[in-house]
Amino acid sequence: MSTAVLDPPRAPLAAPAAPAPTRHHRLREWRRDTTVLTRRNLLHVRREPAQWSDATVQPVLFTVLFVYIFGAAMVLPGGGSYKDFAIGGLLTMNLTTASMGTAVGLSSDLATGVVNRFRTLPMARSAILAGRSLADLLAAVLCGSIVLATGWVIGWRPDNGVTGVAAGLGVALAFSYALSWFTACIGLMVSDPESAQAVGLVILFPVAFVSSCFVPTNGMPSWLRMIADWNPVSAVAGACRDLFGNPNPTGAVHNFPNQHPVLVSLVWTAAILAVCIPLASRMLRARTVD
Amino acid sequence: MIEASGLTKRYGDQVAVDGVDLVVPAGRILGVLGPNGAGKSTTVRMLTTMTAPDAGTGRVGGLDIVADAGAVRRIIGVTGQDASLDELLTGTQNLVLVGELAKLPRRQARSRAAELLERFELSDAAGRMVKTYSGGMRRRLDLAASLVTRPPVLFLDEPTTGLDPTSRQRMWDLIRGLVAEGTTLLLTTQYLDEADELADEITVIDRGTVIAAGTAPELKSRVGGEHVEITLAGPDAGAAGAIAPLVAGTVQVLDGGRRLRAPVALRDGLVTALVRALDGAAVAVNDVEVHRPSLDDVFFALTGHDAEPAALEEVPA
Repeated sequence: MSTAVLDPPRAPLAAPAAPAPTRHHRLREWRRDTTVLTRRNLLHVRREPAQWSDATVQPVLFTVLFVYIFGAAMVLPGGGSYKDFAIGGLLTMNLTTASMGTAVGLSSDLATGVVNRFRTLPMARSAILAGRSLADLLAAVLCGSIVLATGWVIGWRPDNGVTGVAAGLGVALAFSYALSWFTACIGLMVSDPESAQAVGLVILFPVAFVSSCFVPTNGMPSWLRMIADWNPVSAVAGACRDLFGNPNPTGAVHNFPNQHPVLVSLVWTAAILAVCIPLASRMLRARTVD
Repeated sequence: MIEASGLTKRYGDQVAVDGVDLVVPAGRILGVLGPNGAGKSTTVRMLTTMTAPDAGTGRVGGLDIVADAGAVRRIIGVTGQDASLDELLTGTQNLVLVGELAKLPRRQARSRAAELLERFELSDAAGRMVKTYSGGMRRRLDLAASLVTRPPVLFLDEPTTGLDPTSRQRMWDLIRGLVAEGTTLLLTTQYLDEADELADEITVIDRGTVIAAGTAPELKSRVGGEHVEITLAGPDAGAAGAIAPLVAGTVQVLDGGRRLRAPVALRDGLVTALVRALDGAAVAVNDVEVHRPSLDDVFFALTGHDAEPAALEEVPA
């Protein structure tokens, strides 16, 4: 067959084989890859009905249900309104369980061929994880804001004003961001999104519930109370209550995490990030070399 | 433009690719032909930097596939067996995503996406999510995605497997168009007619090794080229002698003289001349069959088994 050149080959659109890119140049490319993938993942959150409802419907539902069901029977040790107590816990609980989205999203990208397409492109592989966790952080901002807005509507009142609320939300979001790197490891470990969902639930639900999210730990049997008091989720819930200026009865219990919830939350957040970011990066590399 | 020498890939005990050599000069199409599990996809995965070879070397556009993997990715386009598309994005969004990740400016990525959707007759579906696309549309979009950066080297791994005949014909036309533009192409296929139709040169792979290489006519000549089979009304001692001057070798006499078989060099009017010669010798002819060897014959002759039925499972991707 002759190769009659009807339309002469044009220069490729992307500059081929750029001479040894500088560090600065690589960083800029990485930032761009991450932005592009973050935007793509946000479109997914919007178009995947389950993920979209996790970020929008679930926070409203959980907030209203828990406040009215538990609140009807709850007398807080040391007094105060259950509504005011509950919102810090519900914010933490919603953001904890929402972090599972990272596991599901990542494992479905790996299960479909789309990661194979990424791998043939001149892009930074680490942007796959960075773009995923950033998109999930933005979804968490939406989810957290909806919890607080719902709380406000049903009568939650923070005493520390906007700064306090912003600080509490910030601590909870940072923790949720760290958790999404943890669930990224789950997503990279399992083979399909269904297993990611199942494994994530089994791990995160007990962690979210054996905590001070819904009830003060003061009344729990001592062994359970010990677990709940040292659970990072309790620290985050306590930190939110303290920062919001809401009643925090566990704060009266004399042990370190209950007394310093903000510090403990930030240490947990940093520790999870320090372990899970390198771990997830290694796991992704292992999943994509075969 | 594409060179492989001694490429080898093992998965545990199983050797998926065992020392494959191949060369594709610039602007040419190489068809890599073989049954399922022959090692075609694994060869492509190594040449496209998706997986590192255990032994051997490969170069694409002069760049080493291991040492310069990043640079190789800037000059290649790849379309795999399974469409590697984002189901939840629209056709346009998929192509823009690929363009942006390949470092095109956003505006250029958009205009290139529109241009490709137009050319691949997907403009009407451009705003629909890919999960609503048919199999043929997905393949076309996947091919378009591998062309976003106008790569000078293209790898197509079984581009028409599982497509209906119309969609297949459409893919062929698109592929021919690309090559007319000067793209260097490596195409794998398990369809013999596809290799015959599209490729300049064919490399036949079976069980991880190259068992033959050459142009389609060269490969066909290995199984003896064209021949005629003539069935006579009855045995005739003079028949073989009558056609001997017209054929390109010795005339075999079969079935007790009722059938003649001979290699020929095909030319216009050959069959007429054969029949006339036999008629002139007063031989009555019942049937004349001109046999052109297909690549099926080639494959069978080379491997001793048919190409089409899956002999082995494809090595996991």
